[in-house]
Amino acid sequence: MISKKEWIAMLLAGGQGSRLYALTRNLAKPAVPYGGKYRIIDFPLSNCVNSGIDTVGVLTQYQPLLLNEYIGNGQPWDLDRVHGGVFVLPPYQKSANSDWYTGTANAIYQNITFMDRYQPEYVVILSGDHIYKMDYSEMLAYHKEKNADCTIAVMEVPMEEASRFGIMATNEDGKVYEFQEKPKQPKSNLASMGIYIFTYSKLRKYLVEDEANPESENDFGKNIIPNMLGDDQRLFAWPFAGYWKDVGTIDSLWEANMDLLNPSVPLDLYDDSWKIYARNPVMPPQYVSDSAVVRNSMVSEGCEVHGEVDFSILFPGVTVEEGASIHDSIIMPGSVVKKGATVEYAIVAENTVIDENAKVGSRPSETEGEWGVAVVGAGVHVGKNARVAAKAMIEQNVPEVCDHE
Amino acid sequence: MSKVLGIVFSNMHETSMGDLTENRTMASVPFGGRYRMIDFMLSNLVNSGIHDVGIITKNNYQTLMNHVGNGKEWDLSRKKGGLSILPPYGRSEAGVFRGRIEALAGIKQYINDSSAEYVIMTDCDTIANVAYDDILAYHQAKDADITIVYQHKQVAKSQRNNTTVIKLDENHRVYDVVKDHAEEEGNVFLDIIVIRKTLLERIITEGQARGKVSFTQEVLQGQKDNLRIFGYDFKGYIGDIKSIEAYYKCSMDLLDKNVRNQLFPAHRPVYTRVRDEVPVRYGVDAKVSHSMLADGCIIEGEVENSIIFRGVKVGKGAKVKNCVLMEGTVVGENAKLECVISDKNVIFRNSRTLTGCETYPIVIGKGRSV
Repeated sequence: MISKKEWIAMLLAGGQGSRLYALTRNLAKPAVPYGGKYRIIDFPLSNCVNSGIDTVGVLTQYQPLLLNEYIGNGQPWDLDRVHGGVFVLPPYQKSANSDWYTGTANAIYQNITFMDRYQPEYVVILSGDHIYKMDYSEMLAYHKEKNADCTIAVMEVPMEEASRFGIMATNEDGKVYEFQEKPKQPKSNLASMGIYIFTYSKLRKYLVEDEANPESENDFGKNIIPNMLGDDQRLFAWPFAGYWKDVGTIDSLWEANMDLLNPSVPLDLYDDSWKIYARNPVMPPQYVSDSAVVRNSMVSEGCEVHGEVDFSILFPGVTVEEGASIHDSIIMPGSVVKKGATVEYAIVAENTVIDENAKVGSRPSETEGEWGVAVVGAGVHVGKNARVAAKAMIEQNVPEVCDHE
Repeated sequence: MSKVLGIVFSNMHETSMGDLTENRTMASVPFGGRYRMIDFMLSNLVNSGIHDVGIITKNNYQTLMNHVGNGKEWDLSRKKGGLSILPPYGRSEAGVFRGRIEALAGIKQYINDSSAEYVIMTDCDTIANVAYDDILAYHQAKDADITIVYQHKQVAKSQRNNTTVIKLDENHRVYDVVKDHAEEEGNVFLDIIVIRKTLLERIITEGQARGKVSFTQEVLQGQKDNLRIFGYDFKGYIGDIKSIEAYYKCSMDLLDKNVRNQLFPAHRPVYTRVRDEVPVRYGVDAKVSHSMLADGCIIEGEVENSIIFRGVKVGKGAKVKNCVLMEGTVVGENAKLECVISDKNVIFRNSRTLTGCETYPIVIGKGRSV
């Protein structure tokens, strides 16, 4: 007999994150490294634990290997529990209707058996694509206070950008009367953050009904929420005011990392009462030599810095050799930037080598043509003296260039 | 490899460490930015394939228990064997143990119950990355009764009356063991011992019967002619820490790349308790050179030639030179520190100046405010 839980969380982590291109070729988007030692999924997982949720189902589908290994038994997030804990839930074969997860609602539907085991009053639906710190228990309190069937976390966005989001039109008391998916004429600037709390009995009913409808795309935003609104169910918008960033594109991933270096951005990772947990590397402390200049940056365990690092984030085990310089960039675990190499406005993925005097990316002011963040994919070797242009997306080794050119 | 039981003595040598062991065991003295001394012993054991480890404690072992927990960080939280903390046994006839044999007598049942063939014993005063499996292979090849690990090296003045030196014949068999060595250099015993379990049990039983206390005196010195005792020459880097001066010097050794490479090879990592800290944040005016920093630090000032532990804050305009600042130390704005060892959670208020010298660093006790 599994003990009954008041609430559990279901985390949608199957997304490919195709707009991150090279960075998500071999790993799911929630496993993308972020902020020096984290992966994106550390944020929703830590939020769950800090909010008092001890049972989390992580729904995986695309490239799950690394994510499975990373989550493991959940111990880094204190989710190795006797009752509950974290569970990785890939699609599985059933006696009938075996299928991949065909939509967000379908993914949750396929795990109704899992949820039923805990007989929860409430289920929190989360996605593994966002960087934010949120106390879901405050949202649950609101959900109970409003006697809601579904509560949707929303945040105010500039009116001119509202047409990029799912917009909630609400009454004064927060009750949602209309949901508009990417509307041309938005009725409010309250954007859905893709975070839902459902009263489980209602969620279960609507999932089953939605699944029975062959016309449905089995999506929360497109189907479940509109259906519930149509039936005049009690949907409420819970306003959230803190830092929240969707890191779905190269630019937004780069920006979200750089936000950590900006003291005026309200994402405090040093707050002991709301720690973000991660699987920690087993590496010695970083070493910064007397030839190094490190300013305005975040540097992780196991790094060796002999060169210049400014406005950048170095993940664990990165080596920066003497005379190398890194500006406005993100260097992911285990990469080496060799003597004389320059990395500017770039994201360099795991275990890459930027060889001597190579140059990756460029400053907006020095770029001819279209500027953008340059990306070097995992394990790539950028040869000596080679050039990687701004906005380039490198997935193959770049050959050495002779000095005489 | 034959099955081996590891026994770690957490309290030996701590009387020479002054304030640093006032409220903790030698084993839990912080070292190297994010470690405690015992991390090196436990990691060496685990990296050598030894998964049964007993830690003998005597007093002040709260910080140690807190640190090692159930041993999961070292992969020592096991169904069979794993980590055992062995506090002193309350016995009517005696108080806490006075020497190694008495300490072992206190855990005789634990040793008896182990199915290991060999026992490796180590103290917590030597920082090194030692492959115990190599020592065991040597022990077997020499058909030794006991193998003790040594290194030929200089002995610092501050450590001389705490050092044991061994003398060897051309086959590396030990023919003399000298305590409180007075010479400048010698084959310094590194407090690592390999022994067959049955022999150790015999020694304990005899020792108990005759009221013997010291392993060095009774066994290494007393029975060197009856037993085949061999010395194993450890060639790698060794931080031999039996005084504050030695602690300071070994800490500074970490700034040498060669030492770091020897202590932290990628295939034999050193494990420690995880603290979930944020990466180090360097401010706009940060100036750091030739230093080692652990995560969770916020550096706004200057740091030179120093070891900075987790969660240290160095304020704007502050200058830290030749220092060892332990976890949670706060250096206020414009403070100047040179040759200072600060224990955990020390606060240096704004604009304070404190200068020690390299041969005599100033030690500020845990939680003090300057």
